[in-house]
Amino acid sequence: MTEGVSALELVLGGDSKLYSIVWLSLYVSLSAVALAALIGFPLGALIALIRFPGRSLLVVVLNAFMGLPPVVVGLVVFLLLSRSGPLGSLGILFTPRAMIIAQALLVLPIIAALARQTIEDLWDEYRDELTAMRIGPAGRIATLLWDARFSLVTIFLAGFGRAAAEVGAVMIVGGNIDGFTRTMTTAIALETSKGDLPFAMGLGVVLITLVILVNAFAWGVRRYGELRAG
Amino acid sequence: MHAPLSDLPISFDTASVRAGAVTILDRISLAIAPGAPTLLVGPNGSGKSTLIRLGMGLIEATSGRVLWGGRTRDNGERRAMVFQRPVMLRRTAAANVAYALSSRSTHTQRPGRVEELLNAVGLANLAQRPARRLSGGEQQRLALARALARDPEVLFLDEPTASLDPASTKAVEDIVRATAAAGVKIVMATHDLGQAKRLAGDVVFLVRGRLAEHSPADRFFISPATTEAAAFLRGDLVI
Amino acid sequence: MINRRFLLAATIALATGLSGAAVAQDKSIVVSSTTSTTDSGLFNHILPLFKAKTGIDVKVVSQGTGQALDTGRRGDADVVFVHAKPQEEKFVAEGFGMKRFPVMYNDFVLIGPRSDPAGVKGSKDITDALKKIKAKASPFISRGDKSGTHSAELALWKAAALDVAGADKGDWYKEIGQGMGAALNTASASGGYVLSDRATWLNFKNRGDLDIVVEGDKRLFNQYGVILVSPEKHKHVKKELGQTFIDWLVSPEGQKAIEAYKINGQSLFFANASAPGA
Repeated sequence: MTEGVSALELVLGGDSKLYSIVWLSLYVSLSAVALAALIGFPLGALIALIRFPGRSLLVVVLNAFMGLPPVVVGLVVFLLLSRSGPLGSLGILFTPRAMIIAQALLVLPIIAALARQTIEDLWDEYRDELTAMRIGPAGRIATLLWDARFSLVTIFLAGFGRAAAEVGAVMIVGGNIDGFTRTMTTAIALETSKGDLPFAMGLGVVLITLVILVNAFAWGVRRYGELRAG
Repeated sequence: MHAPLSDLPISFDTASVRAGAVTILDRISLAIAPGAPTLLVGPNGSGKSTLIRLGMGLIEATSGRVLWGGRTRDNGERRAMVFQRPVMLRRTAAANVAYALSSRSTHTQRPGRVEELLNAVGLANLAQRPARRLSGGEQQRLALARALARDPEVLFLDEPTASLDPASTKAVEDIVRATAAAGVKIVMATHDLGQAKRLAGDVVFLVRGRLAEHSPADRFFISPATTEAAAFLRGDLVI
Repeated sequence: MINRRFLLAATIALATGLSGAAVAQDKSIVVSSTTSTTDSGLFNHILPLFKAKTGIDVKVVSQGTGQALDTGRRGDADVVFVHAKPQEEKFVAEGFGMKRFPVMYNDFVLIGPRSDPAGVKGSKDITDALKKIKAKASPFISRGDKSGTHSAELALWKAAALDVAGADKGDWYKEIGQGMGAALNTASASGGYVLSDRATWLNFKNRGDLDIVVEGDKRLFNQYGVILVSPEKHKHVKKELGQTFIDWLVSPEGQKAIEAYKINGQSLFFANASAPGA
């Protein structure tokens, strides 16, 4: 109990080490989801709008990969980025960049699969009008993505939730290096393994609060946008 | 510099539309000529909507063909359509019109065109309102503004006032009348006989997917050529 | 339109640009070490001293011994710092490491519940204690993760002439495949015995009913060695910076820093870089 309180004291007292861990967690997970969204939103829209051979299979695989185990993704990325691996010359293993890549890969299926579903549903509604206005494929994707922007915010948050919560991938590719690649989740894992359970729990509460704050901010953005654009 | 190709007359040449075993339109042969509005009337399920979509180029004939100005295929740039239930883009009314303007392949954008179009449909004071928060009648007028933004030669309307109250219906009809007066060919489906009487130059009467009659308005309403048309005008159910 | 483009540009900048700063080619090395060494807190004590002297940032990736050596083999670390002499010598013999330098030793302790069902408390003979635990079939938690501690544990069972993988196997012997902290947590929760390094034990906060039951047997001493990863196998290895670290560890200054690290007034590690045959 006293150590749980001391975790709170660290937060309120502005402990710089804790804040650098918090900052890294946010930086890694938000960057990862942003990267995944950059690829996943247009990808989902493409799959929603274009009929091609093997499309149904791709949809099933994409949906299935929403549940990819983070450790597996971490292991695959580790093998790719290791100096002994194909991308070893990049030299980014055990750095935040590797963590961003791993989490982006982890979250990409969720983003793309949910975006696909959202755009497909929206296309049902918009098909007549956009076809009547002779909008081409690129225009359709852009228009649908923009009109679906509030749902896309929610999808972004789903991806962020998954990224911020995972520990397997960032542990393997980041190495949990003190002051460099230690995130909230890997710090919690470390403190737990040292038997410092109340402190680990305190960090857990900080992490949950963080995620709630991000969600609240996004909700605010969504509400404001809806009021302005209907 | 030669004049752009015209889409008129729109000729249906033994055109049929089938969906599986069901025949929706059965060997329609019909010419829609430039001039006063052509109104499509007929009982529900007679194929009015499908005929409009065929003429617009949204669907293809299963057999037979459709010609626009003698051509079997074109890019449909000079045709626009208003649907029974309009779908507004998630942005302001003005932005919706601007979107339609920039959707044309030739973007000769005149400044102030958006305001012009909104004025023409009586929505100038709602320009910055989110389009999805307009009333049904306002949305339909905005849909008209969007369609007109494309500077069409032919304007198709598929029962545009079916879900509107009388005041909104009148507003829409006024715009349609003004548009026709400006030289745009109107092809409009309606289930409202009064509306047909008010707007039609000529009438196309469909029953169960077949073309039953095509006559100038005054002749159709006063002395229809077919018994089915007579029954329909009397208000009987035409099965 | 404007806000859409802005969003796009901002996203790309965030995802790629900022992280560049973190990967700058500054003075740093990657050392792969073990979880027990890191958990002991030793690095938090000696690395700032090393940095103050040389300006070199030491990034420690802590894993199990097997994984730490593998990280060295793959070239993902510049220096390997573990406590498993046979495996370290093999690492050098196979050409993955330049030379092994002994650095320090700490000791293992046998931890058990205060109720001591196997009756081993206070013994100075570890193999005798292990035989008693097996005889009573008292729960024993093994790390089972190919770590230095795990290797030491297996060597002790062998010295006690017990074959825990074969003939003497039983439900009382539980392999959890995890680190020292997890093993201690499991022992605390299930009232079992566990072999731990002293440092992790002293730092461990979830003791519950556990305490040291056997210590001081010479066979419980745990030797550490440090090895530079071979630049011949991996050209990118930072050999000068890495060698600087190794030189400092075995220097009088480094050795003094190691022994100066204490918990509750007790040194955890005993510097022996100059001891023959260490």
